[in-house]
Amino acid sequence: MKIHEYQAKAIFEKFGIKIPRGMPAFSKEEARVACDYIGYPCVIKAQIHAGGRGKGGGVRLANSPQEARQIIDSLFGKLLVTAQTGSEGIAVQRLLIEERVNIAREFYVGIAIDRREACPVMMVSTEGGVEIETVAREAPEKIIKEFATPGFSLADYQLRQLAFALGLNGNAFQKAVDLLKAVFNVFRRNDASLVELNPLILTAEGELLALDGKIVFDDNASYRHPEWKELQDLSSEEPSEVEAAQYGLNYIRLKGNVGCMVNGAGLAMATMDIIKHYGGEPANFLDVGGIASAATVANGFRLVLADTNVKGVLVNIFGGIVRCDRVANGIVEAVRNMDVKVPIVVRLEGTNATQAAEILSNAGLNFIIASDFADAAQKVVQAIQMEAQ
Amino acid sequence: MSILVDKQTRLLVQGLTGKEGSFHAEQMLAYGTNVVGGIVPGKGGQIWEHGLPLFNTVREGIAATGANASIIFVPPRFAADAILEAIGAALPLVVCITEGIPTFDMLKVKQFLKNNNTRLIGPNCPGLISPGKAKVGIMPGAIFREGKVGIISRSGTLTYEAAYQITRRGGGQSTCVGIGGDPIIGSSFIDLLKLFAEDDQTEAVVMIGEIGGTAEEEAAEYIKRDFSKPVVAFIAGLTAPPGRRMGHAGAIISGGKGTASEKIAALETAGVCVVKNPAEIGLALNL
Repeated sequence: MKIHEYQAKAIFEKFGIKIPRGMPAFSKEEARVACDYIGYPCVIKAQIHAGGRGKGGGVRLANSPQEARQIIDSLFGKLLVTAQTGSEGIAVQRLLIEERVNIAREFYVGIAIDRREACPVMMVSTEGGVEIETVAREAPEKIIKEFATPGFSLADYQLRQLAFALGLNGNAFQKAVDLLKAVFNVFRRNDASLVELNPLILTAEGELLALDGKIVFDDNASYRHPEWKELQDLSSEEPSEVEAAQYGLNYIRLKGNVGCMVNGAGLAMATMDIIKHYGGEPANFLDVGGIASAATVANGFRLVLADTNVKGVLVNIFGGIVRCDRVANGIVEAVRNMDVKVPIVVRLEGTNATQAAEILSNAGLNFIIASDFADAAQKVVQAIQMEAQ
Repeated sequence: MSILVDKQTRLLVQGLTGKEGSFHAEQMLAYGTNVVGGIVPGKGGQIWEHGLPLFNTVREGIAATGANASIIFVPPRFAADAILEAIGAALPLVVCITEGIPTFDMLKVKQFLKNNNTRLIGPNCPGLISPGKAKVGIMPGAIFREGKVGIISRSGTLTYEAAYQITRRGGGQSTCVGIGGDPIIGSSFIDLLKLFAEDDQTEAVVMIGEIGGTAEEEAAEYIKRDFSKPVVAFIAGLTAPPGRRMGHAGAIISGGKGTASEKIAALETAGVCVVKNPAEIGLALNL
């Protein structure tokens, strides 16, 4: 689960990490008031769940109330396109107004889980303010890592090593050690999967401030963090994906025209891949769960068909323990209750697959029955091509 | 031979009386797996409706039945503790089916595993099966057949797909292991490859990977160096968008790392036959 920068910074502050003076705003009016309150010049930052905001024009400096008004009007409620949002962009519904600070130096600080070592890894770099992926690619030696020791904390000497690696000394060095410890605590106590300060800055006055902040939570730990509910911003998510989550389904919208409904995450990804392999473009990822029940199948159809780009649907269910005839009945019921105008190719494998094929053939609903995985993908791509002609 | 589970397996089911545990225990018994009892704290001394003894603790269960493995069907918030209990009781094999265990809980489990001799499969996996011998998992037994191909996979239904392709072509499997779709799992591709290397019955291995992490790249290094049996691989997620979690907690391209193409390139360099069409896994084995 992602949260906004202003929310991450509020958490930072609770753990003793200094941040610039700032205020979030949820309307244009609030934003104008916030700018006046912070004073000029101030920085106006679009709050969306995607990076690359600076380059995308989502972070702007206002020197006067007039400029602030202009910037607020051009950002609030508008779609912001960045390198990470996709071409359609994300609507800006929240702004963060902050004081401008005097930057002397910029650093990167991040902490994540290292899968191979199975422990948290803290990373710092003197190359702050740029995408850390770029640094990793072009100058990997500039990223210094320390792995948490058993018991999952970083020892003081490790924090010192990281702080020295940033080239700090004296007062700033001690502040950095304390800050890195706090960053670790933010990560650990919030069940985060990622915490980033990029950049962390040293101001001309010698303060260390988190100029930008990012926290991603581990969704699996949500049951022990009731406070996350309030931090969730569903308006920043794709509506169909929010709806899917309510049904307990995993749905991710993509740009193609072949809708797919599959049981199991791996098979769902493989289904997208095979559609592409045979010349089609998947419209979505949809995992209806290992056991495809009538209810999940019906909800799945609703989601897939709500996407108007979808010109054909591929249902790929490896029944296994759940009987295919039951899944077939679920499909028939769902499609009968919906006005479906696109071809539907169905591949059901597993127990009672033959009976399932009969149920689908006799339903009078023009299902295209596929005999195996490859056949299914080829048939749906062909069916869409034929419709287009 | 097969690996990890066979006719000698004596299995405890942790969480036997729950809906999932109960259903799959019946399925495993029907397959012929030697299920010897269930662990349900507070229900020790009772008998499960289908006739197996229940115990309060794993330790008691082992003492009474001589069990040498357990399978866990416990809700996510209690699952890590159930794994720790099984490790603490020194069970040689523990299989955790549960999906949704917090990552930090799994880090703790991994610390315990380092200091013990337990092998953990999963979590968030379908378990494992040695066809014709024992099924310790939730997979449909009927699509598997005893044979000479080992399967290691991060995905459940894609394992079924691969196994079924092999069975349909007249082949069979030695052991199929779902290692799990989480970022932190008990056993890696390499751990299982090492076991398959030693197994006489296994003549070839199918590896099914997916986006996220670098486990496939690490396996490629190992294969290049030390693994001489033929390997066929498929990596799911060539069409997956970056930054999105594709169903599995571990299936995410983050910071440009963990892409399918990187994994495919690493495996191909190691001499692995990587199929781009997931319908051709069976075909590529040349059975």
